[in-house]
Amino acid sequence: MRAPDLIRFARDAATGNPLRTFLLVLAMAIGVAAVVVLTALGDGARRYVLNQFSSIGSNLVIVLPGRSQTGGFNPGNAITSTPRDLTIDDAQALRRASAVHRVAPLAVGTSEISVGGKLREVMVAGTTPEFIEVRRLTLAQGRFLPQGDWRRGVSEAIIGAKIRDEMFAREEALGQMVRIGDRRFRVVGVLASTGQGLGMNTDELVIVPVSLAQAMFNSNTLFRILVEASSRDSIDLAKAQLAEIIQLRHEGEQDVTIITQDAVLATFDRLLGTMTIAVAGIAAISLAVAGILVMNVMLVSVTQRTTEIGLLKALGATGATIRNAFLTEAAMLSVTGALLGCVLGLAMAAIIRQLYPEFPAFPPDWAVLAGLGTALATGILFGVLPARRAARLDPVQSLSKR
Amino acid sequence: MSAALIELSGIERVFHLGDSEVHALRHLDVRISAGEYVAVMGPSGSGKSTLLNLLGLLDRPNAGTYRLAGCDVTTLSAKEQARVRSERIGFVFQSFHLVPRLTAAENIALPMTLAGIAPLRRAERVARALQDYGLENRASHRPDQLSGGQRQRVAIARATIMQPALILADEPTGNLDRSTGEEVIRLLEGLNDQGVTLIVVTHDGRLGARARRQLLMADGVLEQDRWRSPQELTDACVLPT
Repeated sequence: MRAPDLIRFARDAATGNPLRTFLLVLAMAIGVAAVVVLTALGDGARRYVLNQFSSIGSNLVIVLPGRSQTGGFNPGNAITSTPRDLTIDDAQALRRASAVHRVAPLAVGTSEISVGGKLREVMVAGTTPEFIEVRRLTLAQGRFLPQGDWRRGVSEAIIGAKIRDEMFAREEALGQMVRIGDRRFRVVGVLASTGQGLGMNTDELVIVPVSLAQAMFNSNTLFRILVEASSRDSIDLAKAQLAEIIQLRHEGEQDVTIITQDAVLATFDRLLGTMTIAVAGIAAISLAVAGILVMNVMLVSVTQRTTEIGLLKALGATGATIRNAFLTEAAMLSVTGALLGCVLGLAMAAIIRQLYPEFPAFPPDWAVLAGLGTALATGILFGVLPARRAARLDPVQSLSKR
Repeated sequence: MSAALIELSGIERVFHLGDSEVHALRHLDVRISAGEYVAVMGPSGSGKSTLLNLLGLLDRPNAGTYRLAGCDVTTLSAKEQARVRSERIGFVFQSFHLVPRLTAAENIALPMTLAGIAPLRRAERVARALQDYGLENRASHRPDQLSGGQRQRVAIARATIMQPALILADEPTGNLDRSTGEEVIRLLEGLNDQGVTLIVVTHDGRLGARARRQLLMADGVLEQDRWRSPQELTDACVLPT
């Protein structure tokens, strides 16, 4: 039998019983759609988390005081065993590195803020004008810290959205004087509300110049130094340069930890990627169920068409021809169901994206291909048994059956 | 007499029903020449259907040899037997056995489709067959839209489309009224006139009497192998029943 004839014959056989065909295609479609939608959700969650991380700032390299990695003996260790603190001088030195675009030192502590009798504990971040760029923050009102010498700050503060609401309520905050700790600051800007995100909650933050924060907390150390590499490709280079500069400044001792956002992202990426695969595996079970359904329906079909099979044998069909006809039919039903499920799944993912625009529910390509492949494979695999049964039917008995 | 098309010698066919053995055919020896018109008759259970299945290579004997056109077909593999069925044997069944979802034309073309003949040649031969059997305007009808006579004509067209040397008909008029049955049997006899060997299984005596040779079966044994005299033959033609 020629291939086009075989396909036409199988198609006619499938459409000859529309209800059976419809149910089978539906089962297969639901299985594939489940794979597509669930992986879209899983991968969407992964992308959502990654986006949230990226919003902290891109190409970010963070320098922390203290060493977290084991190193060799260094003459510096002989003199002192405590790690050296990071200072504003260190931060300024880092600006010289070629792969570095921006540097923002960060000194953090808690203090009290008071305005006209209202008192509240706040987190105070001392930093420089570059901070807003490095951390990708936006202002709702006013301006950020003015450019100037890092060692001499003007008494100006930028407050978080929640602080503004609580301390000033409906009054104008800009230009007002507030007391933070034992110092007075003029509010020059209000940060835009970011809601609860990953990392520091900027809604309850007060930002002041780094020199004033250090004076306020009576220390000359930095909590960390945020560095923005000049491009994504130069992150590694920047990391090496930062390490070298700090080592030179700290008497040859590598006593800081430098982490990149990429390392954190990679961990989350792997974690959520594994989750997506697990979800896909669960969805694949529905495909196996659909495959068993294919077998069941094809077996019933063989029983119903016993006479026809006997006739085909009498007309000169070999067992192989009959087996191929039934296999082709099973494969066609599976392919149709799989394609339909694919379209259905993609449509559902699109609807989810419409309903929740911030949630990037795109099914990964591998999941779509794996869904289609599994559907096809199970359909054909479970089609083999019925097809073989059909091929082995005794023509005399099949024909005598009325 | 021309060369033997069919040579059965020492054919045995035993069915096992539970513990008991049923001898459907016992030591059967038959020779049928090319172009003969043979009726196989007998009561039900006499083994005539089993004989037809053996002749059509749908069944295998437990013992004995079956030579078709000088070639021993009992030893062929299932695949080779399918090829022989496809090329040399045409079947006509009592209940027509048309594929319900295919049109008349597609049903007629089915043996050619299975044999892998090119669509163009198929269409040509189907068109001729439709014309020969007066089914031109029924080509795209499905079996359930055809009358019994038309269905059997489609079945005969299908049986002859591969131009087989042998046509096996199992009660071809069993499901038809008398006039349509007459029409169908004339068609088959017409084929026999063109040189096709025709073997009809029936328990209708009137139908069997039209054949030039009658094999009477009883209990799996060939009871009588009767040749009708030329005198009788002419009589039958003069006075059709």
